[in-house]
Amino acid sequence: MNEQGNNNGDNEDTLVVESPVPDDQQVPATETVSTLRLVATLAIAGALAGLLIVLLNQHTKPIIDKYKAEQLKLAVYEVLPGSEHYNTYYLIEGKLSPSLPDGAKENDYKRVYVSHSKSGQVKGVAISRGESGFQDVVQIIFGFDPTTGKLLGMKVLDSKETPGLGDKIFKDRAFVDQFFAGPETPLTGVKAGMGKGLPTEIDTITGATISSKAVINIINHALEEWRPVLDQGIPPAPTSLPEGEVQQ
Amino acid sequence: MRKTTPSQDLIRGIWEENPVLIQMLGLCPALAVTNSVKNALAMSAATFFVICCSSVLVSSCKRFIPKEVRISAYILVIATFVTLADMLLQAYAPVQHKELGAFIALIVVNCMILGRQEAFSAKNNVYRSLLDAIGTGIGFTIALIMMGGFRELLGTGAFLEYSVFGPNFEPWVIMVLPAGGFLTLGFILLAMGYIEQRKKMKALMAAEKAS
Amino acid sequence: MTDSIVKLTASPHVRSDDSTVKIMWSVVLSLLPVIAASIWFFGPSAFFVLLASTAGCLVTERLFGSHRGSLADGSAMITGLLLGLTLPPGFPLWMAFLGGVFGMAFGKIIFGGLGQNIFNPALVGRAFLQAAFPVAITTWPAKSGQWWSLQGDNFALPFMSPVVDTATAATPLGHLKFGDDSVVTPVIDLFLGTTGGSLGETSALLILLGGIYLAYRGHLNWHIPLSIFVTTFAVSGLFFALGISQFPPLFMLFSGGMMLGAFYMATDMVTSPLSNKGCWLFGFGIGFLVVIIRIWGGLPEGMMYAILLMNALVPFINRATQPRPFGSVSKKQEEAPK
Repeated sequence: MNEQGNNNGDNEDTLVVESPVPDDQQVPATETVSTLRLVATLAIAGALAGLLIVLLNQHTKPIIDKYKAEQLKLAVYEVLPGSEHYNTYYLIEGKLSPSLPDGAKENDYKRVYVSHSKSGQVKGVAISRGESGFQDVVQIIFGFDPTTGKLLGMKVLDSKETPGLGDKIFKDRAFVDQFFAGPETPLTGVKAGMGKGLPTEIDTITGATISSKAVINIINHALEEWRPVLDQGIPPAPTSLPEGEVQQ
Repeated sequence: MRKTTPSQDLIRGIWEENPVLIQMLGLCPALAVTNSVKNALAMSAATFFVICCSSVLVSSCKRFIPKEVRISAYILVIATFVTLADMLLQAYAPVQHKELGAFIALIVVNCMILGRQEAFSAKNNVYRSLLDAIGTGIGFTIALIMMGGFRELLGTGAFLEYSVFGPNFEPWVIMVLPAGGFLTLGFILLAMGYIEQRKKMKALMAAEKAS
Repeated sequence: MTDSIVKLTASPHVRSDDSTVKIMWSVVLSLLPVIAASIWFFGPSAFFVLLASTAGCLVTERLFGSHRGSLADGSAMITGLLLGLTLPPGFPLWMAFLGGVFGMAFGKIIFGGLGQNIFNPALVGRAFLQAAFPVAITTWPAKSGQWWSLQGDNFALPFMSPVVDTATAATPLGHLKFGDDSVVTPVIDLFLGTTGGSLGETSALLILLGGIYLAYRGHLNWHIPLSIFVTTFAVSGLFFALGISQFPPLFMLFSGGMMLGAFYMATDMVTSPLSNKGCWLFGFGIGFLVVIIRIWGGLPEGMMYAILLMNALVPFINRATQPRPFGSVSKKQEEAPK
């Protein structure tokens, strides 16, 4: 850091204790800049910066949104095997609704993704939820059939579990496949090979019991929350999809 | 103030005054996101973009920035470019963006960038500042790739996701965890200190012989 | 060397017969029964693991150690043996060797060698292995087959994964914590050592005997293990009585690395407090942390982290419990009106 000027530093070094001049007057007087100019400079710079960001945001936002929607679509189709189309339902005052009230923000409401068959029957519901695992929050999405109470599938969306151990909750095919085999809910986690053959059992991963149980707990807790809502019945799918809905 | 040539401005930041390995600046990203070469590269690219743009802008606008608010002005400039880099990465490299997470936004507080603005761009012309920024950016990239390479190699047995040790390699999980970042940085600094010491000893011996 | 009646020498005038070398080798001696027991229980695997971890420590000390790399003081030997005793019998030898190298280099030599280290080097090596190879270090093969058969893939090639094809069994602690049928292993099994676990985790009896021998010889400060046991028993008893934990206090005492850690690792002269009062604080901290980690932590065993954490606090404990020099006046007395 040789470039750094040392005109300020010298001043402090040579400061003598019995100096009659107050400290602040020892600093060589530089041209004083009016406060107005300081504020104006920063305001203009801020405005320019804001403008730049807005311009780029307009360009990148559609790409980002499209990617997010794409990822969500893939995830929903993965946990609701065989579906080709789904509708987003929002939880509004304890009831499911396929559309938002006017002027409401999408992110203010909890939601599920419902897949219908051609005849309008509900084929499955995809629910996303996150809870803490071994390291950090594990975010998963899972498919659920409200008529039979069975699981249809599960996908880990985000996890920071220990590589080599906890990350088996999405890398270990044998573990993940259990959720696609239609287990009944609420799930119970059992040690591999120690189960009694009940339809609710999920074999946990050896060495990653906490992470596997976290996945099971997330599903159970999510269903505890959503079961009452889903049992009230799901309103029929809107005939014409509102704007912004993902459509295949 | 020592006068430097343009080529010195460029080269200085790469090794002699390497921001991470010598000046110990910008350690937060160097420790946090170097668990793979890919992440290290993405972080370096974002930082490179931010430091170059900031240096050019700061050095060209230095006449208009009053001394009293210069730090706020630098931060404003840096933050703007970081936000731009964040949005660009999210749009064009979403996987990497997800991996790096909050650390992209944290480039704002990377003191290496602010340090270059205060120490160099504020006092030099645009051309020199750009050279200095490029040099520092390359130095940062080298340090991050060294760390990322070491950690990925031991932590997953691969380099740039290309398996090096074969499928039976037992990964050293600690290397991809945060603790591995500190260990790796320690190792690299240890090696550099050792080399430096050897060099000094040799120079001393040569001087003694000559006298 | 005159025949004068008055002998003039410089201080110190009273010398203990002990020396670092003597203490270290008597610790090794007291560990022999534990080692023998581990080989008795786990077969040649135990011997190889101990050999590898000790070799790692000795080689590192020889190459990089201070005091001209001398191995004669036996401290590297102890670190190697203790590290080996904390590992599962089927542990790959290259990992055990690496743990020895790491523990020695980063637990001890980097701080300036014997007497300068903050953390117990054996536990530093163990912590590194735990973080680096979490699968291998928590694989306890079920005891099976002949005595001479290996307990796992000890001879995995360096840097390669071990192949585990034998059935695995949880340790008593892991079984109780993660098992579905919360089995509390009988204390007598834990005491005699007929359970699964790491090499030195099995026989509480032999470790207890070795510890008592060392305490009798004055080579370890008995305040530390005693305070650990008392705290562990009290705290876990409290939680058990309140129904918060499923770990009975006696089970807490005799399972896992509690005995080995309390007698051989927490009492490391370099990394434990100087005064007896400090030792009680230190032991209290370890006992408390062990119970907390075992009940709520992500791992079944917490002895290692408890000791390492308290090691880090030793300088503060020393400062807080500094004894008052004889004849000095305490602040209270000073303030009191005369």
